[in-house]
Amino acid sequence: MKDAASATPGLSARFDGRQGAFHLRAAFDVPASGFTALFGPSGSGKTTVLRCIAGLQRLEGRLSFRGEVWQDGARFTPPHLRPVGYVFQEPSLLAHLSVKGNLEFGLKRARQVRIGMDEVIGFLGLQPLLGRSTLRLSGGERQRVAIGRALLSQPELLLMDEPLASLDAEAKSEILPYLERLHQLMAIPILYVSHDAAEVARLADRVLLMRGGQVEPAPQPGGPGGEAAADALEGAGCERILGLALAALAAGLEPAKLSGGPSKA
Amino acid sequence: MWEVVRLTIELAGLTTVLLLILATPIAWWLARSRRWWREPVAAIAALPVVLPPTVLGFYLLIALGPASPLMAPLHLFGVRTLAFTFTGLVIGSMVYSLPFAVQPLRNAFEAIGDRPLEAAATLRASPFDTFVSVALPQARRGFLAAAILVFAHTVGEFGVVLMIGGSIPGRTQVVSIRIYELVEALKYDQAHLLAGGLVLFAFLVMLSMLLIERRVGRLQP
Repeated sequence: MKDAASATPGLSARFDGRQGAFHLRAAFDVPASGFTALFGPSGSGKTTVLRCIAGLQRLEGRLSFRGEVWQDGARFTPPHLRPVGYVFQEPSLLAHLSVKGNLEFGLKRARQVRIGMDEVIGFLGLQPLLGRSTLRLSGGERQRVAIGRALLSQPELLLMDEPLASLDAEAKSEILPYLERLHQLMAIPILYVSHDAAEVARLADRVLLMRGGQVEPAPQPGGPGGEAAADALEGAGCERILGLALAALAAGLEPAKLSGGPSKA
Repeated sequence: MWEVVRLTIELAGLTTVLLLILATPIAWWLARSRRWWREPVAAIAALPVVLPPTVLGFYLLIALGPASPLMAPLHLFGVRTLAFTFTGLVIGSMVYSLPFAVQPLRNAFEAIGDRPLEAAATLRASPFDTFVSVALPQARRGFLAAAILVFAHTVGEFGVVLMIGGSIPGRTQVVSIRIYELVEALKYDQAHLLAGGLVLFAFLVMLSMLLIERRVGRLQP
């Protein structure tokens, strides 16, 4: 099933544009299913890539998803017409709405409903939070609501921009299990930005490396990308290198798992 | 005397409603636009703060007078002039109070920031939908502040209403001008009543403004 899904085109991104001194050169594909991590150090342009995919930002390039062109030359589909769910780094709940109001915001505007309120509430354990104001939630609770809200907007592609980066260790360990089980709830491709190798190793089926505004394919051992990866690891801690090695294992070392991570399909 | 008070409240109320409708798109554009001529436009919208009311009143009188090219389309409907009419007074009050509506609204829109609007866009809300369902409710305290300021400022104006309204009882005579005339006629008792009423009104306005500001300050994370 996973192999068939991988054969259908997912996201195809070809960006080559400048924003001030920053030059984004990214050419990569994201398969139509599975958990893809966009991994790289801070400031490498990961968030910019994600924003360009969502249409929140516009840099020169070409972008299509499942054969539908979102950006090409003068053509640019505005963000609200792209079927993406977006989870920001800091939970960006709408402060004038309750938790329930936030969850319903995208649901009310979705054209077809594939996943319902009850399912998402049950999956993320949001029942006790529903009536609360968004100002009275902990960081982890806010991010859980933000994830639920993104899922309820009925996305065909889920973009997550370091959703755990602003959380403390306890909140992180609260959210991680939900992220690991996301594919059980919705069979949509997930593009996940992170600079945390341990997180990537735990979650990702495959890894895209990003450095200095460029996206490189995950390095093969002894292959041409190896040197760049070694540079990227300069000064990184032992745990981080181990995490990245695990990520590389999951992504590329075993050909059998290239098209589907262990038990993630 | 009650006629004067009623007319003043009518003028201030109508000015407030119409001006908030007019100032909202202007303030939104000033808050969101990245064009270089944004600040020149903001400066024009703020001009009434620094111009003497007589200057504003003078130009308004000419603009709303029978010889004005602005009035030409209205000649077709049998309206020769809006000077010395209640309509003219409303228009004049709107111009005079424009900055008091635009500035708090612009501040409120800018305080929202990009993020909630971007979040709404990724949740399938069109730009107009986002404006109505996110920007307007999040800027509600700005609207409250703008409404109070415009209402109070209109009640307190003198120069502009005198220049373009004259002081026609029942049509264009408002409290501030009535007080001036009462004092000139040495009718201090009635002048005291109206003036004291305005002092009480001004106090309530300032108090409510301060209370709103404190609430806003407390709610900001």
